[in-house]
Amino acid sequence: MTTTAPLGAEEQTDAPAVPAGGRRTARRRIPTGNGLVFVLPFLLVFALFMVWPIVQGLWMSFTDSSLALRDTHFVGLDNYTEAFGDPDVWSSLGNTVFFTLISSVPLVLVALAMALLVHSGLAGQWVWRLSFFAPYLLPVTVVTLIWTWLYQPELGMANQLLDTLGMAPVGWLSDESVAMWSVAALTVWWTVGFNFLLYLAALQSLPTTFDEAAALDGAGAWRRLWSITLPQLRRTTGLVAMLQILASLKVFDQIYILTKGGPNGSTRPVLEYVYDVGFTGYRLGYASAVSYLFFALVVLVSLVQFRLFRRED
Amino acid sequence: MSATATPLRTRRRPPREAAGSPLLLGHGRLPRVLAGTALVVLAFVWLVPFLWAVITSVQSEEDINTTGLWPFKGAFTLDAYQQILERGNVSVWAFNSFLIAGLVTLITVVVSTLAAYGFSRGTFRGRRWLLAVTVAAIMVPPQLLVVPLFEQMLLFNLVDTYAAVILPQVVAPMMVFILKRFFDAVPKELEEAARIDGASEFRVFTSIVLPLSRPIVAAVSIFVFIGAWNNFMWPFIVTNDPDLMTLPVGLATVKDAYGIEYAQSMASALLAALPLIVVFLFFQRRIVNSVATTGLGGS
Repeated sequence: MTTTAPLGAEEQTDAPAVPAGGRRTARRRIPTGNGLVFVLPFLLVFALFMVWPIVQGLWMSFTDSSLALRDTHFVGLDNYTEAFGDPDVWSSLGNTVFFTLISSVPLVLVALAMALLVHSGLAGQWVWRLSFFAPYLLPVTVVTLIWTWLYQPELGMANQLLDTLGMAPVGWLSDESVAMWSVAALTVWWTVGFNFLLYLAALQSLPTTFDEAAALDGAGAWRRLWSITLPQLRRTTGLVAMLQILASLKVFDQIYILTKGGPNGSTRPVLEYVYDVGFTGYRLGYASAVSYLFFALVVLVSLVQFRLFRRED
Repeated sequence: MSATATPLRTRRRPPREAAGSPLLLGHGRLPRVLAGTALVVLAFVWLVPFLWAVITSVQSEEDINTTGLWPFKGAFTLDAYQQILERGNVSVWAFNSFLIAGLVTLITVVVSTLAAYGFSRGTFRGRRWLLAVTVAAIMVPPQLLVVPLFEQMLLFNLVDTYAAVILPQVVAPMMVFILKRFFDAVPKELEEAARIDGASEFRVFTSIVLPLSRPIVAAVSIFVFIGAWNNFMWPFIVTNDPDLMTLPVGLATVKDAYGIEYAQSMASALLAALPLIVVFLFFQRRIVNSVATTGLGGS
């Protein structure tokens, strides 16, 4: 981060050649020499579509802003105190955390298993990569269309399979105790490909010297996997787990389309509650307050992870 | 995510694919067979939903309505696809998706590469501070912005326009950060030579730095495109006009309309899935490498 190339060099060679006056003068006022002009377009969109909404949202969270009424009033911390006492906030937050737990663990472990197997050098590399990564390329609606059909109670593949095995059908999306697991299974299928690629890239860049030495000493495949390859992957695992937990906490799309948070609110994540309150219930101010509480949680989790990650080094 | 992941590393040719690492399995027969079996089973499980969808889509609705695990229940027919295409919506949405994802990618990549170069080589005041704010913004979940952004679009009178769908998506602090780290590692000697020859700063950027950065720019473009193509929540909230919807949003609105017409529902899902799968088949090597290139895979 300490790159300070002397951009001023251009200033000197350029300056005498430029006649004063006209458009050139206007352009001269923007100091091209120090590189600011390169950053300006980004700063413009960043200010408009990132800083503005962040500030605006924070302001709204202290008001009774509503999609239905145009005049808004400052209400202080009312929205926040209401959120802390709102059982729906706590239950949806609980659902988000539960989803994060049951999706992140397989999303890391299955990805690792896939990468190790593919990296072992069996023929047909592109077939394996395509099968594991292809679902990641699907838009969320396509994924939910396909899985709604797989989970269909009478004709879907899941229950047909159970039926063939002589087991009772399961209400994949209608049973409160099962629905979140069904969502998690879909999510693992859909997004494991990205983690798989992260692991694969890491494996391909590992030095092979330790592995070779151990093999010469007669260490078996399992032994080398446990004592050499996996420890070498520790940093990658930390990174993958960190990215995955943050991604899982933000779950919304697939649940909203698949179950609309049901049955009986059992799969409603906190971000869907924000959406429900804001766009269906028109209470933008309250929705903002809840989303800022959620943001605080995300920042907290990131900081904790960051600390842990640092200590590992 | 440290300096060990020097982006330049990827300019080395990747190891031959088939070679993999024979060491990992040793020379014994058993581990090879076990690993092969596990791989085949896992790949099969991952492909089954696709297969089931494909098979469903090429049958008639009546045939699907019979039970049994064996998926072929009747005659082969492309009726479902024909009905979907005749209805016309899917092609409009596909066009919108291409247009929107394409423009988002173009604008994002131009804006982000310029900014990354400015952050990497610039000497302007407040550079470090602005960079720190940009990096911090990576943590902001996009969903946090949805409500105020919608208010903003109401204010600008942009709801139900392409601009409303596209503009908020072009802010990509993560991409700026990735590109900046890459530019930092590009040696500066070449630029110096060009500057001495009187090249403008913009010229230095376009004719020296950019050509050296082709792999990373390609990687960033691919990820931005996939992200924009699949983006759901924002386009869903800001468009009500079916003629402006992207594929994911459009399909979500008709999902319930299909009712129990599973052949049509699978046919439309597969039509929507096709473009990116084709892109992946063409750019497979590039996409896999780009994960490493962006430094995300660095161990």
